[in-house]
Amino acid sequence: MNLSHCKGSTMSTPSSSGSHLRSTGDAVSDQFPAGLRVLVVDDDPTCLMILEKMLKACLYEVTKCKRAEVALSLLRENKNGFDIVISDVHMPDMDGFKLLEHIGLEMDLPVIMMSADDGKHVVMKGVTHGACDYLIKPVRIEALKNIWQHVVRKRKTGWRDPEQSGSIDEGDRQQKASDDADYSSSANEGKCSKKRRDEEEDADERDDSSTLKKPRVVWSVELHQQFMAAVNQLGIDKAVPKKILELMNVPGLTRENVASHLQKYRLYLRRLSGVSQQQNNLNNPFMNPDPTFGSTSINGIDLQALSVAGQLPAQSLAKLQAAGLGRSTAKPVMSMPLVEQRNLFSFESPRLRFGEGQMQHLNTNKPMNLLHGIPTNMEPKQLANLHQSAQSLGNLNMRVNASVAQRSPLLMQMGQSQPRGQIVGENGSHVNQLPTSLLQPSVPNRISNGVIRNGIASTSNINPAYNQVPQSSSFMNFPMNQTNEMSARSFPLGSNPGISNITTKGMLQEEVTSGIKGSSGFVPSYDIFNELQPQKSNDWDLRNAGLTYDATQHSNHVQGNIDVSVSPSVLVHPGFSSMQQTGQNRDTTSSMGKAVFSMGEGMDQGNLQSISQPQNPLHIDHSVRVKSERVPDASSQTNFFPEQYGQEDLMSALLKQEGIGLAENEFDFDGYSLDNIPV
Amino acid sequence: MERSQPRRQVAAMKQSLFDQGLLDEQFIQLEELSDDANPNFVEEIVTLYYRDSSRLISSIEQALKERHPLDFNKLDTLMHQFKGSSSSIGAKKVKAECTLFREYCRTGNAEGCMKSFQQLKKEYASLRKKLEAYFQLARQTGPMDSACRPK
Repeated sequence: MNLSHCKGSTMSTPSSSGSHLRSTGDAVSDQFPAGLRVLVVDDDPTCLMILEKMLKACLYEVTKCKRAEVALSLLRENKNGFDIVISDVHMPDMDGFKLLEHIGLEMDLPVIMMSADDGKHVVMKGVTHGACDYLIKPVRIEALKNIWQHVVRKRKTGWRDPEQSGSIDEGDRQQKASDDADYSSSANEGKCSKKRRDEEEDADERDDSSTLKKPRVVWSVELHQQFMAAVNQLGIDKAVPKKILELMNVPGLTRENVASHLQKYRLYLRRLSGVSQQQNNLNNPFMNPDPTFGSTSINGIDLQALSVAGQLPAQSLAKLQAAGLGRSTAKPVMSMPLVEQRNLFSFESPRLRFGEGQMQHLNTNKPMNLLHGIPTNMEPKQLANLHQSAQSLGNLNMRVNASVAQRSPLLMQMGQSQPRGQIVGENGSHVNQLPTSLLQPSVPNRISNGVIRNGIASTSNINPAYNQVPQSSSFMNFPMNQTNEMSARSFPLGSNPGISNITTKGMLQEEVTSGIKGSSGFVPSYDIFNELQPQKSNDWDLRNAGLTYDATQHSNHVQGNIDVSVSPSVLVHPGFSSMQQTGQNRDTTSSMGKAVFSMGEGMDQGNLQSISQPQNPLHIDHSVRVKSERVPDASSQTNFFPEQYGQEDLMSALLKQEGIGLAENEFDFDGYSLDNIPV
Repeated sequence: MERSQPRRQVAAMKQSLFDQGLLDEQFIQLEELSDDANPNFVEEIVTLYYRDSSRLISSIEQALKERHPLDFNKLDTLMHQFKGSSSSIGAKKVKAECTLFREYCRTGNAEGCMKSFQQLKKEYASLRKKLEAYFQLARQTGPMDSACRPK
């Protein structure tokens, strides 16, 4: 912006000129960046005034604020009223970084920090807390002229709304998929396309069913306080989305919403407590737009959190992460053998093919039941993901459900570590590789993997479920979640046809593989489910958590036919093994949800239904932000219960997650809509 | 009517402020922000600064009085604020003195803090006086051309 230009001519009040130029909401007007709505927070009146004048000279629409509290309430009242926030670091009533955290948690707007202090550590703090820029005072107008770039950037990468034009998502997803997916490019491509399909389908579905579509949830102060009260009441370890949701008792709030918010919150806490190295890694992803990174971290975070909670065996955590990471990058977020994970993820569907030797790869027998045993604190998302995957598997194995009877209480008990590996390694049937630790139960992930491979497009759903699972993590034995996450991650791998992972259980294997086309990555998670089958409902608190596997449903059809109809229901039951078995799922992509149902005989049918939540939830959840964009995902994610998700859903969910999540997530998971996962 | 002389006077005065190192580039930035809506923007800002900085100065003074031991953290925080606003208006010398003061705080040099603060008050008073004279003349002269930057 040319100052002289502004100055010379009568610069009609910038605000007025700005206002008519103002771009509304997310739409970028022609005059952009003019009209950008900026909120300035600084306790120094001199600086505040100068900034206001400068911003107006840039033709922005300025609101100034002396106190952080006031700023927060302004932001909360006008959720979409601002495009960017500029805040001072040192303020008397609230630390600038704290404000930054709050904004990130609640509104997810780009925030620029500024200070007269230019010390390295302060600037670093800004970076680690997620500031998108740091200005040194005195601020020059030239520095302010370009702040719009942060808005655009954030919009581009952070707000991936699955519901929005599918093309965008697809593009993103594809991008992500390609980025992250180390695994076979072909798989990715397949996935991408699947994802796209899923996305579109999901979007459609989402749009169709009002129940599925969830408006973005705005976490107001009150809401957040209620959330906090619930969390504190439950204890951070036991705080699972489902219970939180119950305690909060807010109508219209879904488990996914809570799950994703919980995820964010956990990250925030971690950051506060000086995150452990791992977490740092994890956190970084937060700030780090790098998708792969994000994914890793997210998972890592979740996993870590989970592990911290003691629920998730650290190893498994690592594994999950690795799995997830392996996908895109071997980011050893968790000391997990990423490589393994990678393998898992990279399992190109062929391996997973369930039918074929199903779980051969799975043989790792690692307890796929990621979910099992591990008191998955996994963020619900994760669990959801797991579930989802499981579900997808379940779909496949819907029948398996019955068989799952043995399900170990937490799916995980599957005792087959496979699930883990599967989930993770769905990609390359490495699943097995999943560190057993992860999943204790050797959920026949492989099966799922294999099954999923069947092109369970829904696997993608599964993933989401996976992610979601974490949310409901409480129920899902974390391991599951982990796998989910991993699988979710791997999903994009595309190698798994759908939730091939799930099929690891073997149940779906045949089906899954066929059905799960897209979700290859996801498979692992399913396996768990499958294995968990016995658990079915028990373990699957997640299910209730809302594995809303609607996503899977979407994915089902998205995939085009995820045979594996990894119905969320499948996931739902810990013993998704049934899912696996439900080869039927395969054919009925849409039956995913149904399959799931059958699966969980024990499963709360009701839950399953919840699963029907938009597949999107799957993906959405991951985004830490409770973005309604994907909101449905949030719910769907938790909908572990694959019941609803048809394989398609799962797949799509998974895919979506991968793709979408990435976009949306702050974490920028690579391609994974893993947002959920890290939960 | 003869306006060039007063104008030249104003310009010269301003230039000397720059030459003496009392003001820096930031002041120019502020001047450029003036427009028809706020023709005396700089003066408004500087007035605001006076108010804010007076408050800060007395707080710092108060804190310095509570010796034995000095609360360096508090002093540093206060001075940080003072530095921020001083730099925002382009008060170069005052800002330099603030930095020095903070350095003394960091090293826990009480004597250094006291001395530095005295110097700071002097600089601050001097700047204020000169700026007031400047603005007065400027107001009398009428709208000025764009400021000449000290190159």
